[in-house]
Parts: sequence; C-alpha cells; structure tokens
Amino acid sequence: MDDIRNLTGMHIDILREIGNIGAGNAATALSTLLNKKIEMAVPRVQIATFAEMMESIGGPEQIVACVYLRIEGEAPGNMFFVLPPEQAERFVRRMIGDDSFSFQGEAHELGCSALQELGNILAGSYLSALADFTRLNLHPSVPALAVDMIGAVLSFGLLELSRVGDYAILIDTAIYDERRPDESINGHFFLLPDPESFSTIFRALGVDGL
Amino acid sequence: MSTAQAVKIGIAEMEVVIAPNVIRTCGLGSCVGVVIYDAGKAVAGMAHVMLPHSSMARGGVINAAKYADTAVEALVQLVMAAGGRKGMLKAKLAGGAQMFSFSAVGGDMMRIGARNVEEVKKQLERLHIPVVAEDVGGHSGRTIEFNPQTGVLSIRTAAQEIKEI
Repeated sequence: MDDIRNLTGMHIDILREIGNIGAGNAATALSTLLNKKIEMAVPRVQIATFAEMMESIGGPEQIVACVYLRIEGEAPGNMFFVLPPEQAERFVRRMIGDDSFSFQGEAHELGCSALQELGNILAGSYLSALADFTRLNLHPSVPALAVDMIGAVLSFGLLELSRVGDYAILIDTAIYDERRPDESINGHFFLLPDPESFSTIFRALGVDGL
Repeated sequence: MSTAQAVKIGIAEMEVVIAPNVIRTCGLGSCVGVVIYDAGKAVAGMAHVMLPHSSMARGGVINAAKYADTAVEALVQLVMAAGGRKGMLKAKLAGGAQMFSFSAVGGDMMRIGARNVEEVKKQLERLHIPVVAEDVGGHSGRTIEFNPQTGVLSIRTAAQEIKEI
C-alpha cells in the first residue's frame, strides 16, 4: 500500500468480494447459532482519512459492543465485530438463557464470555472463508471484548496502518435480522488489513499488487 | 459569547482556538489528547496523538500531529503563533487507555497507550512546559473538551459522569 491512489476499480472489487465471502459465511454461522434468518448488506469498501472513517460509521463517540481479533498468518490485520450494546445484550440473553443479562452494573462473566465466543465463531468463519478464497494461511488471535466508544476501540486497529500513512481501507459489511428491517444496522464486520497485506491478498488472487 | 464555537479535531489532527471558542476531540482510546495553553491569553491548542514516536513511521510524509515526539513541538508553535507566550504555557493530558486486555496482541502495541503518555510527558519536560492536570490510563475511552477561557478540561467516559480537571 505504498500509494493508495494506485488502487484500481478491480482492486476495490476484490476487497468488496472479500467482505462478501467472509461476512456471508459469518452470517450463516450466526443464523445457525441463533436459529433465525440473518441478512447481509452489500459490503462497503471505504478509503478515507481516519477522521472521515470514524464519522462515516456514526461518529467516534457512539457506544458499541465490540469483539476484536488480531488476524495472524500470511496477511495480518485486524477484525472487529461491532454491535449496538442493546443488540449484543439480546444475543447474549438468547445464548445463555438469562433474560436479566446487561452490560450495566456488575460485570457478568458468563455473559461476556458468551459474547466473546460469539465474536470468535463469527470472525473465525469470516476468516476461514477468506483463507479458502485466497488460499492464504490466516488464523485469528484470542478475541477481546470492549463496550465503549467506537473511536476508542477502532483506533487500535489503525495503529499499523497509521505508520504508513493517514488513510485507512475499511471493508465494512453490515448484517441484520430479516424480520426487523427497521433496525437497519444490527451488526458490522470491519476488516482492516495491515498495509503489506493488500499486495499479498491481491497477488494470491492473481492480480498485480500495488 | 453567542458566537462561541466548538472546534472538533479528529484522530491524528491538531488545531488551536482562542476564547470564547472551545476545542474538543472524541473517542480517545490508546490515543492521547494533549492540550497546551496560555491562560492569560485564553489561547489553547489540542492534538490527538496516536503513536509515541515518528521513528515508527515507515516512509511518506510525517503528519506531525500523529506522533507524540513531533506533535508537542508543533502544537507549541501553533499556540505561540496564535498569541501564546513561551514561558506561560501549561499542559493538560487525557487518554492513553488500554482498551483491550489480552495477551494475543503483540506486547509492543498492547502498551501503546502508556507509551504515548510517556513520550508526551518527555517532550513537555524537554520544552519546560508543566503538566498541571492529567487523566490517563485505565480501560475506558474518553471524549475531552478544553475551554481556554476557564482552563478547564472536561472529560467524559462511556460509563462515568463528566469529570473536570
């Protein structure tokens, strides 16, 4: 990613397809886990300054439940599964069968590890689809959980990129519950590959790097 | 006062304001918000620093606001250009949290918040600017706003009440 301006339409299409394949697999996993139908939006590939990126996802102050994983292997990077906290609470209540679970008040160990596990399963299926597609060796780290301002959590995924420049390439795929289309955005997968990983991914798919 | 504006800076940006305007930045995690101000002149600059040292940069043009070692000095220049007086400058800091607590992330990046704070302080000390107040570390994101008129830095976190330092 020496020069982000060298990204062509074809590169963007590839990144969009990665979001499609990865999140598609994850949506299927979530659907199985919760036994309900989960829909997926067309992935959005965004090239923006860090500040613009934060604004485009609702502003840095927005409170979210976020599961973060570091991607290790041949194309390292960062993956975030981000949900509104109420939505994450609903998922957790369903998973542990405890309707009283809440992020407010006492730390709830079982609830938090359930959400962590959910993030793990989803990110794992996103990554395994990505690894199959690119035939690259990719594996997720142990997941970490935070319920906090999105700017504060997502900026952690920008550190490697920020050493190279002031732009981020974000692959954003939204998933939502089909029966509640009014809640248009229920969850987001954010994939932020490290700078060197773009060329690796493009080469793996037979396209000239940057 | 009716024309007072809240100037907002984003990640890896910096700006200077003169009262009655205030300056704010949102969603500081491991990043550090540095405020350098001259209370007598009611002028203040703020930087949203991401990384401790510009030696971490890998090529390209260096954005001074991004690195602690370059941001502090550049911010002093900005504040002085807006009327701040060298011997009268003071600093307040907030941020440098550790948002995720797990060991799978490389140790180097895990401590990035603490390293950002250390480097900011080192630079302030080198330039003889006292840190009069700070709210750093912990595990929570922060939104901060500085009012050059009063010299108060307001800090908001997701769970807690607004704190003023």
